[in-house]
Amino acid sequence: MNATRVSYTLESSLESVNKAEQAARDIAVKTGFDEEEIDRIAMSVREATVNAVLHGNQYDPKKRVTIAFESTPESLSVAVRDEGKGLDPGIIPDPLAPENLLKQSGRGIFLIRAFMDEVRFRSMDPGTEITLIKRVRGNDPDGKEASK
Amino acid sequence: MKASTRQVDGIIIVDLSGRITLGEGSVVLRDTIRDVVAGGNKRILLNLGDVTYIDSSGIGELVSSFTSVRNQGGELKLLNLTKKVHDLLQITKLYTVFDIKDDEAQAVASFSK
Repeated sequence: MNATRVSYTLESSLESVNKAEQAARDIAVKTGFDEEEIDRIAMSVREATVNAVLHGNQYDPKKRVTIAFESTPESLSVAVRDEGKGLDPGIIPDPLAPENLLKQSGRGIFLIRAFMDEVRFRSMDPGTEITLIKRVRGNDPDGKEASK
Repeated sequence: MKASTRQVDGIIIVDLSGRITLGEGSVVLRDTIRDVVAGGNKRILLNLGDVTYIDSSGIGELVSSFTSVRNQGGELKLLNLTKKVHDLLQITKLYTVFDIKDDEAQAVASFSK
């Protein structure tokens, strides 16, 4: 299996968020996703990186965000890791609940889950790693027809 | 992101273009709405036709603008959603919260007098 692996170690800044988004877009294009999927992957990586910079590392200049891409003909996997205090994905409020619908924040992880095929959280020491997986159409586990 | 304002029949139309994302885009939107409301205008139509990208922070800023204007007795409506923004508002169930228009003249006429 041919796999392309690229990783970045980035500062806890907004510039890193834009860099991560662009890197995700580039590698999603090379993996062979269509335009809509590329947008959704890029946005998911952006949201994960925003969480890492903002909530995880809290813009701490001493802390880094690591982003590791692994692209194969079947899928793209992106692991975004911060060095923060950790995150319990079980306590993330549902942004669709009526009491949360008009809140200003809290939609990032919801959008990631909506756009990617698989999302995993792992507690690190220190920090959190979120892994986002998108399968190239035709490689879904339920055996949908290949459309490429 | 760029924002410019114009007035049509007493309604302030804010034409937005570019990206509404964490950082610059969201701040431009927030400041623009604040200035418009501070100028005594509380009937606002946000034209998103040239918005190429919006992230969760941008969505949050739209919601915040909407509630802020409404809490001050005003109305804020959205105009000309691109497919990307439309899809995002549907996924986040905000499509039913906002009053969304696709024709400027009809949108302007729809505000309460």
